[in-house]
Amino acid sequence: MKQFWAFVKKEFLHIFRDRQTILILLLMPVVQVLLFGFAITTDIQNTSVVVLDECKTAESRALLNEIGSGRYFDIVQYIESDRDIDAIFKKGKVKIAIVIPQDWSRLTGSYQEAPLQLIIDASNPNEASILTGYLQSIAAQFGGAEPLINVETRMLYNPQLKSAYTFVPGVIGLVLMLICTLMTSVSIVREKETGTMEVLLVSPSKPLYIIFSKTIPYFVIALINIVTIILLSMFVFGVPIRGSIALLFGVSITYIFASLGLGLLISTISQTQQIAMIISLMGLMLPTVLLAGLLFPIENMPLPLQWFSTIVPATWFIDMTKAIMIKGLGIGLIWKQWLILLGMTVLFIGISVKRFKIRLS
Amino acid sequence: MTPDMPAVIQVENLTKRFGDFTAVDHISFEVRKGEIFGFLGANGAGKTTAMRMLCGLSHPTEGHGTVAGFDIARQQEAIKKNIGYMSQKFSLYNDLKVWENIRLFAGIYGMKPKQIAAKTDALLKRLGFMAEKNTFVEKLPLGWKQKLAFSVAIFHEPQIVFLDEPTGGVDPITRRQFWELIYEAVEQGITVFVTTHYMDEAEYCDRVSIMVDGRIEALDSPRELKQQMNARSMDEVFRQLARKAQRSAD
Amino acid sequence: MPTSIAITQISKHFAVGKTGRVQALHPFSLDIEEGEIFGLLGPDGSGKTTLFRILTTLMLPDSGTATIGGYDIVKDIKKIRETVGYMPGRFSLYQDLSVEENLRFFATLFNTTVEAHYDFIKDIYTHIEPFKKRKAGNLSGGMKQKLALCCALIHKPNILFLDEPTTGVDPVSRKEFWDMLQRLKADGMTILASTPYMDEAELCDRIGLLQNGRFIGCNTPERLRAEFTAPLRAVRATEMSRLLRDLRDYRYCRSCYAFGEFHHISLAPGFSDEDLTGYLKRLHFSRLEIHPLEPTIEDCFMALMQEGGSHDA
Repeated sequence: MKQFWAFVKKEFLHIFRDRQTILILLLMPVVQVLLFGFAITTDIQNTSVVVLDECKTAESRALLNEIGSGRYFDIVQYIESDRDIDAIFKKGKVKIAIVIPQDWSRLTGSYQEAPLQLIIDASNPNEASILTGYLQSIAAQFGGAEPLINVETRMLYNPQLKSAYTFVPGVIGLVLMLICTLMTSVSIVREKETGTMEVLLVSPSKPLYIIFSKTIPYFVIALINIVTIILLSMFVFGVPIRGSIALLFGVSITYIFASLGLGLLISTISQTQQIAMIISLMGLMLPTVLLAGLLFPIENMPLPLQWFSTIVPATWFIDMTKAIMIKGLGIGLIWKQWLILLGMTVLFIGISVKRFKIRLS
Repeated sequence: MTPDMPAVIQVENLTKRFGDFTAVDHISFEVRKGEIFGFLGANGAGKTTAMRMLCGLSHPTEGHGTVAGFDIARQQEAIKKNIGYMSQKFSLYNDLKVWENIRLFAGIYGMKPKQIAAKTDALLKRLGFMAEKNTFVEKLPLGWKQKLAFSVAIFHEPQIVFLDEPTGGVDPITRRQFWELIYEAVEQGITVFVTTHYMDEAEYCDRVSIMVDGRIEALDSPRELKQQMNARSMDEVFRQLARKAQRSAD
Repeated sequence: MPTSIAITQISKHFAVGKTGRVQALHPFSLDIEEGEIFGLLGPDGSGKTTLFRILTTLMLPDSGTATIGGYDIVKDIKKIRETVGYMPGRFSLYQDLSVEENLRFFATLFNTTVEAHYDFIKDIYTHIEPFKKRKAGNLSGGMKQKLALCCALIHKPNILFLDEPTTGVDPVSRKEFWDMLQRLKADGMTILASTPYMDEAELCDRIGLLQNGRFIGCNTPERLRAEFTAPLRAVRATEMSRLLRDLRDYRYCRSCYAFGEFHHISLAPGFSDEDLTGYLKRLHFSRLEIHPLEPTIEDCFMALMQEGGSHDA
C-alpha cells in the first residue's frame, strides 16, 4: 500500500509541476459553463420584428402591443406593402414579419378562424420553430376574442424554457469525460513514450498500482470540477437542484469511474500520446457532444444513431443528472440507468486490467 | 593545415548570458577555409550555445563574429543560406523517401528543381544508394542515414558545415566511412565544424578547441596539444583540462 | 565462480509490416560469472537492447532459456524483478521531479527507503547531492546518468543491467562512471553493460561483440587482442586522405582504416616493411612515418565485423 501512495504522490507532483495543464483543468469547466450559458444560449430575447398591419383596427393594435411589450420581441418597423418584406429580410437584421390581414378583426369578432401570416427567417430552423411557438402562444392567449377551444399549455420543470437547465448536466458530462479519460490515458502513454514504464515494469511493484494510481489525481480534480460547475450554474444561471445532492454525487462518481476506466482502456491500445489524444477527443468527445443529448434531443435522431447513443456513457449520465437536478427524481426512478452505467464502468476497468501488459510488446 | 587560407569563421569575445549565468564567456577564435575544426567540451561546457550563435539561431549578449563573411548578430538569414547543419538528433524525415528528403532540403535552400534532380542522381550514385532512392529513410540502417544526412547537409554546397555529434551509436567501420565523406567534402573546399564525444575522432581534426566552463581552455592541433600537455592521447588531454571545470551541470 | 547469468540458445525476431521479419537476435549461449563486468559492444540496432529486455523479463524470447541468479526469466518474473537493477538506454527518470523525489520514488517502488541503503549508493550520490532539489530534466548528461544509476541501485540488487549508460556523455563523466562500476564489482556485483565506445571495452573483464543480432565474439580484452594475428602498422604522412586510398590499393592490404592521426593497416602474408615503405615512397608521400602497433579492441572488432561480412553499408 505504501508503494501505491508513493505512486499517487508522484502523479500529483507531475500535475502540479505542470502549471499550464492544472490551470486549464481547473478553469475549463468555468469557461465551458459560461460559454454554453451566454454564447450558445437558445433562449429568445429581443428578436427584431417588422409589421404589415393591413387591418389597422383597435384589435390589431392591441395584439401588436401585446407582442411588442414582452421581452421576446421588438417591433422595429411598420411597413406599408408586402413588397418591402423581401428587402428587409435580406439585410439579415429582422427575423420575423407579421402580416395582419384586412379582415382579421372582423373574423375574430365573428368567432371564425382568424389567420395571421408569419414570415420567418428559417436559416436557423431551431430558432425559427421556437419563435413560431412563442408567437403562437401570445396570439392564442390574446384576449380580444373568446377562443373556441381553450388550449392551455403548461411547461413542466422548466416553465421559462431556460436552456441552462439542459446544458448544465451536459457540460458536467463533457468536462468529466475530457478530464478523466483524456488525462488518464495521456499520462499513462507518456510513461510508455519516455521509457519510464520500462523501469516501473522491471520493479517488483504491482501493475495494478501503476495504473490505478494514475486515476486518483484526476478523480480529485473531477470532483472539484463538479462542485465548480454546480455552484456556477446555481448562482449565475439560477439552475436549481431539486433532487438529492448526495444522489447527484453518487451518480457523478459512477460516471467519473466510467470515464477513468475508458481512459485506462485507451492507454492500453495507444502507443503514443498523440494517438491517445485523438481517440479520446474524436472517439469520445464528439459522441458526448453530439449524441448524448447535450445539444440535440436523442428522440429526434435517426434510429441507428439512437442505438449508438445508448453505448455512450454520457447519455445515461446526462439523463440521470437531468432527472435529479431538474425533475427532482429519486433513486427509485433512475436505478436502471444507474445500473447500466455501473455495468459499463466494471466492463471498462475489467478489460483494461486484463489488457495491461506486464511486458513490453 | 591551411594558415594562408582566408578565415570563414571569425569570433571575438563572443558571450552569451542567461540571467546571471554565463553560458559562453568571451571566446575568440578563427576557422580557416578548408579546415576541419573540432569543437570539444564536457556536457554543459557551453558548446551547444556557442554553436547556436554561430548558426544564427541565437543572439550574442556581447562580442561579435562573422560566419561565411556575414555578421552573426545582424545577418543571420544570410548565414543560414551559406551553411549546412547536421545533428544526430535531427537530420532527415523518417516518413519521407530518400529522394523526397533530398528534394525537400535542397528546395529549402532555394535550389532549382532541374538542378536538384540532376544532383540527386549523381549523389546517390556516388554513395551507392541508387537502389534506395525510393526507400523510406526509416528503413535505412543508422549508418546509411547518417551518411545520407551529411550529404544532404552539404548538397547546396555551403561554405561551412556544422556537425553536432554526427556519429553517435554507429559501428566503427561506418564511423570511419563517415569521416571519409568528411574528408571528401574538405577536398571540395567545404569547411567542417564538428562536435564529438569520441576523442579518437578529435584526432581527425586539423585543430581542436576544448571548452571548459564557457571558456576556450585550449586551441591547437591535436599533436601540439598532446605535446604541450605531455599526454599520449586526446582523451588524456581532454580529461586534464575538463577536470578543472567548476560548474558541473548545465 | 558460480554462474550469475546463464543464457542458452536465446533468439528473438520482430515482425515488420505484414510479411517482413527482422531477426533481432540469432540463437546464442553465454555464461556470465558472479562478480564479473561483462561488456556488450555493438552499434545501434545490433540487438543489445533486445537482449537486455529479454534478460530483465520485459520481453519473451522466441526460443531458448536464461536464468538470472538462478531464476528463470519466463517463470520467475517476480523474483528476478526483485533482485536485478536495470538502467534502460534512454534516460528513464521523471524529468519534472527533483533528484531527491526521483530517488525516493524509486526506493518506495522497490519496497525500501533511501536511508536503508544510503551507504551503498553514497559514493555515487555525493556527486549529485548538491543538486538534490534540482529537477532531473535540468541536469547535465553525466549527472543524469549518475542519478539513473543511483535509482537502479537503490534496492541493492545483485545483478546490474546497464544499457548504454554512457552514450552521449563526455569522456570525464564516462571515466567517473566506470570507476563507480569498478567499485560495485569489488562489492561482488555482477554487471552487464553495453556501450558503443570501444575504449570502455578495456575496462570490462570480458566483452561480447554483437553485430546485426549475431554474437560474433566473446573473450577477455587481452585474449581478443592476442587473437588478432595479422601484422598491423600505423602509417602517417602529409596527405592523409590520399594516403588512405593508396594504402587500400596496396597489394598486401587486408584492411585499412583511419585511426586519429594515423591510419591502421592490417597486412596479408608476404608483406614486408621495406616493401610498404618503398610503395609509399614511389607515390611521393612526404614526412612518412610507419611503425608497428599492438591492436586495439577497435581493430579487433572491425576485423571480426569484416569476417562476419555483412555489416551495414
